[in-house]
Amino acid sequence: MLTILLDGVAYGMLLFVLAVGLCVTMGLMNFINLAHGAFAMAGGYVTILLMQRAGLSFYLCLPLAFLVTAAAGLVLERTLYVRLYDKSHLDQVLFSLGLVFMAMAGVDYVMGGNQQIIQLPPELRGRLQVPGGSIGVYRLFIIAICGVLPLGLQQALTRTRFGSRLRAAVDDRRVARGLGIDVAKLFALTFAFGSGLAGLGGALGAEVLGLDPTFPVKFMIYFLIVVSVGGATTITGPFFASILLGIADVAGKYYVPAIGGFIIYTVMVVVLIWRPAGLFVKAAR
Amino acid sequence: MRGPARFRSMQTGWRWYEIVFWAAAFAMLVLAPSRLLLLNEIAIFALLALSLDLILGFAGIVSLGHAAFFGVGAYTAGLLAKHFSEHALLGDPTIGLGIAALTAAIIGFASSFLVLRGSDLTRLMVTLGVALIVQEIANRLDWITGGADGLQGVLPRPVLGAFEFDLYGRTAATYSLVVLFIAFVVARQVVHAPFGLGLKAIRDNRLRAEAIGIPVNRRLIAIYTLAAALAGMAGALLAQTTQFASLDMLDFQRSAEALLMLVIGGAGNLFGGLLGAIVFAIAHDVLKGITAQYWQFWLGLSLIILVLFARGGLTGLLRLLYRRVRPEAAP
Amino acid sequence: MTNPALETRALRKTFGGLVATDTVDFRLEAGARHALIGPNGAGKTTFVNLLSGALQPTSGSIHLEGRDITAWPASKRARAGLSRTFQINQLFAGLTPLQSVVLTLAQAEETGGGSAGLMDLFRSAGSNGARIEEAAAILENLHLGACLDKEIATLAYGQQRLIEIAIALAAKPRVLLLDEPAAGISQEERELILGVIGALPSAMAIVLIEHDMDLVFRFARSITVLVNGAVLTTGSVAEISADERVRKVYLGEGEHA
Ligand SMILES: Nc1ncnc2c1ncn2[C@@H]1O[C@H](COP(=O)(O)OP(=O)(O)O)[C@@H](O)[C@H]1O
Ligand SMILES: [Mg+2]
Repeated sequence: MLTILLDGVAYGMLLFVLAVGLCVTMGLMNFINLAHGAFAMAGGYVTILLMQRAGLSFYLCLPLAFLVTAAAGLVLERTLYVRLYDKSHLDQVLFSLGLVFMAMAGVDYVMGGNQQIIQLPPELRGRLQVPGGSIGVYRLFIIAICGVLPLGLQQALTRTRFGSRLRAAVDDRRVARGLGIDVAKLFALTFAFGSGLAGLGGALGAEVLGLDPTFPVKFMIYFLIVVSVGGATTITGPFFASILLGIADVAGKYYVPAIGGFIIYTVMVVVLIWRPAGLFVKAAR
Repeated sequence: MRGPARFRSMQTGWRWYEIVFWAAAFAMLVLAPSRLLLLNEIAIFALLALSLDLILGFAGIVSLGHAAFFGVGAYTAGLLAKHFSEHALLGDPTIGLGIAALTAAIIGFASSFLVLRGSDLTRLMVTLGVALIVQEIANRLDWITGGADGLQGVLPRPVLGAFEFDLYGRTAATYSLVVLFIAFVVARQVVHAPFGLGLKAIRDNRLRAEAIGIPVNRRLIAIYTLAAALAGMAGALLAQTTQFASLDMLDFQRSAEALLMLVIGGAGNLFGGLLGAIVFAIAHDVLKGITAQYWQFWLGLSLIILVLFARGGLTGLLRLLYRRVRPEAAP
Repeated sequence: MTNPALETRALRKTFGGLVATDTVDFRLEAGARHALIGPNGAGKTTFVNLLSGALQPTSGSIHLEGRDITAWPASKRARAGLSRTFQINQLFAGLTPLQSVVLTLAQAEETGGGSAGLMDLFRSAGSNGARIEEAAAILENLHLGACLDKEIATLAYGQQRLIEIAIALAAKPRVLLLDEPAAGISQEERELILGVIGALPSAMAIVLIEHDMDLVFRFARSITVLVNGAVLTTGSVAEISADERVRKVYLGEGEHA
């Protein structure tokens, strides 16, 4: 019972780190980026490559996965995404889908279509007994890292100048511009940071979620649910949505394996009927 | 039919280019006897794209899961052909086609309630989610659907009890093209009527559409259901003419391909889907021959290029050319 | 006993802490020529949104010709004979003016016609010549004859403003709400609008929101003044123009509004 709960929490936190960048893109620029999962996949493959080919340690690979995908995000944002901000949602969907397919084919070409295995450092393997159940050491590691992140983000958003500018821009882009905030730069940096987080999530999650070229499509629905259910205006909304989704998914697959795969869709449908604007969205303004 | 309307934007009679297009399409049956299988594929893709256009181009609903209806139609028709191959009525492809359309329509109707409300984002989530659910169900029910191996032993009876499916695809192509034509006529009627104008009104400005009395939800349910039925027919045609149904007919990639066809041709214009399907099917045919594995790459690249540089698609381009030639000609 | 064309009882709308519509009791008789005035932010648009169903009230009720329509969606109110324009253009960018008006006419006819209406819904829009001519006449009356067939998105603002009105008229309403129809257009176009709404059937009840007092006095027979969401006063044109309070809160700053 507790085991399932902890696994679910770990899974949910991972989802949060993976999806939070997308929430910001949605909230800040009202941009639908279906290619978000491609950045996560990139982070995973960067880790694999660095560990297998360059022999770097897993711990070093995590920040590197963040940096590499953040850089990739920055470049793509400046060259391509920026052209689509004022286009329709349909255009954004088509464009980012295009990126997804190219990324999938590209990875398939370079790395092959098989599942990649990450060799975790020995101290992260094994399980830890806790009263009432047990938890994999690696899950605990995930919870620790992914638990610190939202707290840090929350702090950064409320305490720093960058954060207050970002919030101003989310609230009203035009007013923010009027206040002399360089929204384009702000967004490029945020986009890069969100992509970096996705990359980090992909690196951390490769062992748990599996990693192959279909990753961006396989997890697209999870990202969409996190953003739709959690809303795109806060950090806490997506966070709780992710945890909820993680627990529901893990528990569902464990307790009712026959229909466990459908649990997340049930969550999705129920939320839609009950609160079409999202579960954690502030009540109508 | 009355004489031509006084105003261009109210002209809803058949235009010369429509007649030329369909004449050419049917002429292909005779003129290209060696490419009938490709023609059959084009007709099926065109039907899928046409159905997506009704909800996307006309009603403005962005869908990532249109393949759900395509796949449901394919399995329905496939199962009927498999289990009723002795039955003169239920085994007939046209009856199978009808039942497949009905099944897909029921699922479309049920899921339409979820796409009514909410933003584009929730619609993406719902359409994708519904397609994933359907695919997962088809996967789980492997004793019925054949699971990952696909549905084997689909042996459709002759169409209308008279036209046996042949190796060259003559019957298949004719059958698919006729079905496509009928669907086109229906869709044409729908979009040229006040109903279709209302859909565009909803797409352009839902608030105003409501303010002039259009029952927006009812209209969206109706068109979503119709589009699902047509997509189901496309799937049924594929299952019947290739004698096979498989999980990849429900795949996300299939939905994306339908989107690509629409962008190639231009959404919001019935010919967009048709032209897009032709280009798509030929490109698919050629590229798959060269690099079967990396089809996805070309799919992605074309989406990006089209969005960035040629958003109006082929029909947009043709319209532009037409305006060049006849500057006074409006839309 | 005759019912008023439109009536609200203790109508209230709040946005968070802001009271945008404050317990408004409003009565509009059939055939009324009524102006709704008040400074910017007084809640005029919000009031129209509540009446037309674009917004749901926090409390209170709305009655159209005696029927309680508070819970009705906007489209049902429109089919019951309530039509409106928007302060900020709400048009069908991808349609032509002619298509927009034909659609609205078809919609208005469908409301009458049961199963015949359903048939009509799927009959080619181009085959109903009489309706097209009627639509063209509505648009030509608003001097839009030259752009009947052009995509609305490509037209000038002033023309779009007139299409806004054409669509509302095509619905053949019994109650018409005009939210600053003359905002941001030329003097010539303002006169045109005044002429067109002045010639509407006398049985139609019309509410006009307008800042230009000259226009208001030429159009209206009665006036309601809204301030901070609440009705300050209602009366005939003579009463309102003599009212000291109105001068203070509104007419004084009407110059620059
Ligand atoms: N959707 C909304 N959300 C929050 N506040 C609103 C909304 N619509 C209007 N308001 C507020 O309600 C008040 C009345 O606005 P409005 O009805 O537009 O006034 P008017 O049309 O008289 O200028 C204003 O203070 C405005 O800011
Ligand atoms: Mg206003």
